[in-house]
Amino acid sequence: MSVTEMFSYIQGFLSADQDVREDIRKVVQILEQTAREILTVLQSVHQPSGFKEIPSKCAKARELFCTVRAQMAELKTKFPSEQYYRFHEHWRFVLQRLAFLAAFVVYLESEALLTREEMAQILGIEVVREKGFHLDVEDYLAGVLIMASELSRLAVNSVTAGDYNRPLRISNFINELDSGFRLLNLKNDPLRKRYDGLKYDVKKIEEVVYDLSIRGLAKESESGGEK
Amino acid sequence: MNKREGEGSHRSGAAVQECDMIANSTSPIIAAFKVFQQELDTKHDKYERLVKISRDITIESKRTIFLLHRVTTVPDTEDILNEAEAKLDGVRQKIGQVAEELRGEDINQFHKAFTPGIQEYVEAVSFLHYIRHRSLISLEEINARLVFMRAEKADAKGSDEALPLGTQVLTFHVTPSDYLLGVADLTGELMRMCISSVGNGDIDTPFQLSQFLRQIHDGFSYIGNTGPYEVSKKLHTLRQSLGKVEDACYTLRVRGSEIPKHMLADVFCSRTTLIDPEEGVV
Repeated sequence: MSVTEMFSYIQGFLSADQDVREDIRKVVQILEQTAREILTVLQSVHQPSGFKEIPSKCAKARELFCTVRAQMAELKTKFPSEQYYRFHEHWRFVLQRLAFLAAFVVYLESEALLTREEMAQILGIEVVREKGFHLDVEDYLAGVLIMASELSRLAVNSVTAGDYNRPLRISNFINELDSGFRLLNLKNDPLRKRYDGLKYDVKKIEEVVYDLSIRGLAKESESGGEK
Repeated sequence: MNKREGEGSHRSGAAVQECDMIANSTSPIIAAFKVFQQELDTKHDKYERLVKISRDITIESKRTIFLLHRVTTVPDTEDILNEAEAKLDGVRQKIGQVAEELRGEDINQFHKAFTPGIQEYVEAVSFLHYIRHRSLISLEEINARLVFMRAEKADAKGSDEALPLGTQVLTFHVTPSDYLLGVADLTGELMRMCISSVGNGDIDTPFQLSQFLRQIHDGFSYIGNTGPYEVSKKLHTLRQSLGKVEDACYTLRVRGSEIPKHMLADVFCSRTTLIDPEEGVV
């Protein structure tokens, strides 16, 4: 094979690769749009009036997740499933976003941590790699970490809205998450960087809980708010 | 694992106790994170093993390249080429280990771990191929040699029941971009080879090399920026190498015309004894 032939073969491969990436990018853009819509819906829970509307907001978000599932199905068709990690970078960001949103919805509904299996189900994807388009464990964890900082914000805002009960529950939840993450041996990667931010969220919530308890605001709710 | 736990114990005993207490409890969150811990550890371990193998591949390939540079100064090139071939066989064994690690995995997930080694291997193997055949090794030729047979005992691994007694075939595919980057590195070696052969009074090789380099350069220009980002970086170095080789050829041409005919003949006579017969054909 001559040098020219070899290079034109490689060129053919590279442009085919680029076409695939282009296709993926288009679908990912639409996914990002949907993710922003869901975020907008959920952001309103930080409004004082939003606390009462949590169930309806969650229902609305759940509806939008149907769209996500359809778009995910489309994304799956854009590349061979065994080459997931070749193009992973393209949807990593949006997938973490969606992971966060799904976990947030479930937290708001049931105050529990969404498992990876349930999250994969909400997003319409698989858990294990062998079965096709799957949810990478690091993306799941990144989504959970984004949710933690959202929850620390929610704790602050719920106090403003007069809900003194919620921060205590959030505090318990985040503490449990923190001890969960402490079990992991993270490498010096983006996930680790994000995990390093978790302690600030924990601190923030602890401060809120402290403020409430020295004013005696937590006590009354504690007796009533015990699950 | 221990390091992180060690960090925890620095904070305070109470915190650790509390942490342990939660960890021992049957909380679903902790149970889930224990699974994640295992999964991540397995993945990181595999990654580290691949990085280690990749480093070995890099070192051994670099040594092969150094060995091949001696071709221009030593009378018996065949010996060196055989020795290089033997070294590369060792490297291929290591790539076999990579293939083994990657069995059943997504090759792209761990690609970053071993890409430097593979690029270096491509560089070494294509350099050897160029010295032997004065042509560019193709991607298929490289991949064809990266097929490994692994004898598998049925009782060693239960998963291989389909092939109880036979051997298992493992293949490793060099990706086109790794190939491309390896070839880009090759041009640097060719430039060095050109300069050293000028030093040895070899007049033909520089011209062959400059022609070959020009072809490769044209190939890279054809690819342009459709390739990965690193390619465009290497293209700059490639231009510099090509410039050096072309300058050397220019100098040879100018000076060569000044050398009297009978002396040129002398140079050729002394040279043919140095270089293997194949070279004359090209």
